[in-house]
Amino acid sequence: MLNENQLMNKAFVNINKVSKSYGEVQALNDINFSVDESELFGLIGPDGAGKTTLIRILITMLLPSSGSASINGMDVVKDFKKLRHLIGYMPGTFSLYEDLTVAENLNFFATIFNTTVKNNYHLIKDIYQQIEPFKDRRAGNLSGGMKQKLALSCALIHKPEILFLDEPTTGIDAVSRVELWDMLKELKKQNLTIIVSTPYMDEAQLCDRVAFMQKGEVMEINTPQQIVEDFDTPLYAVKGNNFYNLLLDLRKMELTKTAFPFGDSIHLTTFEKYDSAILNDLIMKFTGQRTHTERINANIEDCFMEKMLRNEA
Amino acid sequence: MKHKYIVQVSKLTKKFGSFTAVDKISFNVSKGEIFGFLGANGAGKTTAIKMLIGLSKPTSGDAIVAGFDVVKEPEKVKYKIGYMSQKFSLYDDLKVFENIRMYAGIYGIPKKEINSKIDNLIQELGMEAMRNNLVGDLPLGWKQKLAFAVAMVHNPTVVFLDEPTSGVDPITRRQFWEMIYKASEKGTTIFITTHYLDEAEYCTRASIMVDGVIKALDTPKNLKENFGVKSMKEVFVKLARG
Repeated sequence: MLNENQLMNKAFVNINKVSKSYGEVQALNDINFSVDESELFGLIGPDGAGKTTLIRILITMLLPSSGSASINGMDVVKDFKKLRHLIGYMPGTFSLYEDLTVAENLNFFATIFNTTVKNNYHLIKDIYQQIEPFKDRRAGNLSGGMKQKLALSCALIHKPEILFLDEPTTGIDAVSRVELWDMLKELKKQNLTIIVSTPYMDEAQLCDRVAFMQKGEVMEINTPQQIVEDFDTPLYAVKGNNFYNLLLDLRKMELTKTAFPFGDSIHLTTFEKYDSAILNDLIMKFTGQRTHTERINANIEDCFMEKMLRNEA
Repeated sequence: MKHKYIVQVSKLTKKFGSFTAVDKISFNVSKGEIFGFLGANGAGKTTAIKMLIGLSKPTSGDAIVAGFDVVKEPEKVKYKIGYMSQKFSLYDDLKVFENIRMYAGIYGIPKKEINSKIDNLIQELGMEAMRNNLVGDLPLGWKQKLAFAVAMVHNPTVVFLDEPTSGVDPITRRQFWEMIYKASEKGTTIFITTHYLDEAEYCTRASIMVDGVIKALDTPKNLKENFGVKSMKEVFVKLARG
């Protein structure tokens, strides 16, 4: 059966009942969704969620155990040769030639796709310019941030129509993460379709739509705005001086659904809705410490955690 | 051999040839503190930690960790500290209880105490059902909890955690922090690096390292106030971008 996107002929990537198992381990279980042209789509989930397996199936490097997927109408299994020209891929671990220079790596990837750096320089200019002063340095001697810019340049040099990035920000500091997302925003303007995976929940809000993945399943697909709006459990931020004891005490209260540390406050969900001031009085009475409680809107991480708990229940 | 602080660092420096990776850093960490050691990739965090745990010799400067000088008595330091790296130091092809037994043995816990130590730890972790599983078969979250427990097996004075929460789901990440709080409540000093800057908010104090020097060190509350921002992430980005 065709879904809405297919009928409108808008979907660029179609994933239909894709499952993958490795022996007894079910890495992906019945994955279905589609991605539109020039959409920035995020696969959000922890290690072991199946993000890499799904990406590797889509880039034609891994066969699904069952189900099918297509990109721009081409099947990832049957049409893999044609598809590879359309696909740019940046793997999670640095996979360029460390003993080739920056320029040699870039030339190599242009050549295997029958093109030249000169032909497509405009596509990578903004990114590559930042590392061009080091073009004669061996890739192995670059800093983490520079390696990433080179890897991204190499993934783009054959003018792909879709770019896959597998956890580009894992293990990378906050400043470099901001830089990478800025680059992706720029690439999106060139009508590139981008599928990016990340374990950092806060990056979800930088995507057009996201799929929440956990243990090989998709728990939710939506725009980050809608996911946050759909959160309907009463949620409060509670602050107090003795953070750890406050956390343990909150969990003992009967009104509490969940209590988790969130930055400088504790996010408390309750079974029923309370006025913030009344709830704060109840908490002070129970815990014996001065607290501050306010009703807050959920962020993406609150939503992900709620979905996880609901799935496990 | 009396020292007020658990970690006492004075003008600690490490040079590799003409490159100064760590440049005269000084700070103190008190008993039971959760000390966040933050910085961009390449800022010198790992080099500094290696000196503090007695694995790398400083070019100049001093550090006293858990009462011992890291230059003169690095072996004594190692008995007093725990260490958990981003790539866990567990053996995938040993079972859960075998990993605990091995580390207990390495740290010189008397043989007759080891079995009860294993039982207690496994019970505390809630891993009774996984006791005989190979560590390689465990989900990442369990490996992380086990790695932390193993790093604490000899009741160290201070435990160094190098990006302990990378890649786990948000609930497991918080459970891990609860283990940290619990250890800190019992008086263990925690020295931690992380790229999740919401975790910097959980620290008693945090330092931010940029290009080999410590650019800021204070409680998260004071750091945010001083920089006029709402989150540690903003403090970090402001400082690390320079």
